[in-house]
Amino acid sequence: MNNIIKRYIPQILAILFVVLIFGFLTLNAQTNMDNRGIDFGFGFLSQESSFDVQFSLIEYSGSDSYARAFLVGLLNTLLVSFISIIICTILGVIIGVARLSSNYLIKNSAAWYVEFFRNIPLLLQIFFWYYAALRALPMPEKADAWFGVTYMTVKGYYIPAMVWENLNVFLYCGLAAIIAIIVLRNYANKLRDTQGKQIPVLLYSVGLLIVLPLLSFLLGGVSLEFEIPELKKLSKISYIYEGGISLPPELIALVLALSLYTSTFVAECVRAGIEGVSKGQKEAAASVGLTPNQVLKLVIMPQALRIIIPPTTNQYLNLTKNSSLAAAIAYPDLVLVFAGTALMQTGKAIEIVSITMLTYLTISLTIAAIMNWYNKKIEIKEK
Amino acid sequence: MQTINFLKPNRDNIKNYSIIGSFLVLVSLIDVISNAFLKINLTSFLPGSLTTLFPLIIGLIGLNMMRIDYSGNKKLDLLNKNINTNNFNALLTLLILFSIIKALPQSLSWMIFDATISGDSKDACTGTGACWTYIKVWFRRFMYGMYPNEFHWRINTAFILVIALGFVGYFMKENLKKYLALYYVIIYPVIAYLVIYYLISGGSFGLQWVETGAWGGLSLTFIVSFFCLIFCFPLGMIFALGRRSNLPAIKYISICYIEFWRGVPLITVLFMSSVMFPMFLPEDFFMDKLVRVIIAITLFEAAYCAEVIRGGLQSLPRGQYDAAKSLGMGYWKMHIFVILPQALKLVIPGIANTFLALVKDTPLIFVVGLAELAGMLALAKTNPKWLGFAMEGYIFASIVFWIICYAMSKYSYNLEAKYKTER
Repeated sequence: MNNIIKRYIPQILAILFVVLIFGFLTLNAQTNMDNRGIDFGFGFLSQESSFDVQFSLIEYSGSDSYARAFLVGLLNTLLVSFISIIICTILGVIIGVARLSSNYLIKNSAAWYVEFFRNIPLLLQIFFWYYAALRALPMPEKADAWFGVTYMTVKGYYIPAMVWENLNVFLYCGLAAIIAIIVLRNYANKLRDTQGKQIPVLLYSVGLLIVLPLLSFLLGGVSLEFEIPELKKLSKISYIYEGGISLPPELIALVLALSLYTSTFVAECVRAGIEGVSKGQKEAAASVGLTPNQVLKLVIMPQALRIIIPPTTNQYLNLTKNSSLAAAIAYPDLVLVFAGTALMQTGKAIEIVSITMLTYLTISLTIAAIMNWYNKKIEIKEK
Repeated sequence: MQTINFLKPNRDNIKNYSIIGSFLVLVSLIDVISNAFLKINLTSFLPGSLTTLFPLIIGLIGLNMMRIDYSGNKKLDLLNKNINTNNFNALLTLLILFSIIKALPQSLSWMIFDATISGDSKDACTGTGACWTYIKVWFRRFMYGMYPNEFHWRINTAFILVIALGFVGYFMKENLKKYLALYYVIIYPVIAYLVIYYLISGGSFGLQWVETGAWGGLSLTFIVSFFCLIFCFPLGMIFALGRRSNLPAIKYISICYIEFWRGVPLITVLFMSSVMFPMFLPEDFFMDKLVRVIIAITLFEAAYCAEVIRGGLQSLPRGQYDAAKSLGMGYWKMHIFVILPQALKLVIPGIANTFLALVKDTPLIFVVGLAELAGMLALAKTNPKWLGFAMEGYIFASIVFWIICYAMSKYSYNLEAKYKTER
């Protein structure tokens, strides 16, 4: 009896507490909305949004619905996160390995890089790139060409656009190459296991990846042309580049700040991972006759990756969440387009903020679930 | 007399090699330095791109000649071991050295030699360097926001008082030490709140009322992070214990709470506190924006705190729980006297990191219109009298934050080292 009371009373109290809080808040919200004549509902999503978005990956205009505006914002968020994740991974791996270098200068430069970018608030870094560094760039008419065809100006970065013909043939060829590589790998593994023979898989893979898409150009009727941005005079003093793709300065500032900031954390993860593999493993692998390359590929990396991947994914998640700082420099991401402009216009604070939060929550929980599954899979099974 | 083989230095001709090698490296460095500092191109007689590559090639040959294993010369060995183990390392060494030398004169002249700090208006800044006058003139605004100038002593006194009260624990008498936790968790926050409320807000004791809207600058950063810090810790502890509880209702409520806050970005939480939260309050109940923001950040950071504390709880061996239970201790007794003191000691570095993240997150309150340092910079930048000094402002703010965060992270490393050895 005593035990039952001890078990159930606290739980009932906790549930009651939560229910009371939520009840209280809902009640207040209801009264407030009644008083102000706002009704609750998600019907506004299908209404015409009648605002414009500066930068969008899909067709969008003011006559589209709020739901489409939401999609535009979400895609922009994912775009900036995707680019930043790629750059921060490359940078992070380089810096993380550099921190373990035997070269005093490299080791310390890497350490200072990490200390420097990690200890400045991300928002300040974004502001610095956007308001200070990128504003110092030349006007379009004075810009020098980078690599001959791209232009870095104060109004953004102009790069050539690719104009494809028969793009699908090219993509199929790429797909075929990937499938061929997978088959080749399996075959190579089998050969190694049964006969102990080694074939240079990497060399063949790279070859396949180059040759098959190349064939599509020669035989499949695929052609690629570049549309190069050209300077155009709008008025006496105003110039603009036409053609090609223009990346707005907001995007560049955001990608720079996010990837530089997050790369320091990735670098620390990489360093911890490599340091976490004990020296004995390397020596043991060398003593059974593996080549240095094989030691790295078959012994060190699999163990290091087990330590590196979970915290790194966490950093990617942080990066995606941090990309919401875009709102501070008016890059049209989910927060700015939806929780900013759309909220201003509709006044549906509760609905819009909850949708925004739920979207981020869904992204986070999905990645966390995948991560948990992966961790379970690679866990060292001890007896 | 031995013939000098350029590709194979060895111990026999160590003197010749090291002298020629270091001479070549010296030549390459002199070339780069004269190029960067004196704007004299010593190698202009060379054709085209060879001019720029000259120091690199010469330096590489020099370093290659100096690379003699076990030379017996201590300095040479040290040099080779640290920056010159192979050709690739030598190349990286030279590249790093050259880029530092190339960047130095420009940044030095911009930041120091050509910079202006005298005067008190934009007109003083005529040079090509940085305009530190701007920082000087706006310094008080960056530190105290729009808080009236004549009352700045109130903020300073409040901070000194709060810091002094924080150190009371060090000087407590031995027989009072058992109340230390009670002091820090309950009494200290209350006193700190009262001090900040009565001194900075004013309104009584003959002090003029200053609205929270006027607060700002770096002092606001400190106020927000201080309150979030002292409130999120106990809250985090509750949810950490809740998540480890074996009562399903409490466990799942805690899990939901923690995962929810960890899954959303802080900026949406701030939006929630500023636009959505007022709708959930009773009709004629007004809550200051600053208070709402502090509550929001506290709830947010508490989830992160909880996860850190849970890590500490998990790392305690089961024997500790069993031992406490076998002594007949109940849940609360066991946790207060056995588990928490050990677990909290383990998580101190983790907590320090969470606090560091908290301080780095405070500039975000700019998004909901509270003008702390980043917000004041945005304000100063658009002031018509001071247009065009964004660079100086952000560099200043970065340095300030960097010093604070670097000191904090170094301190947390120290704590980590200190507590690592004890177990």
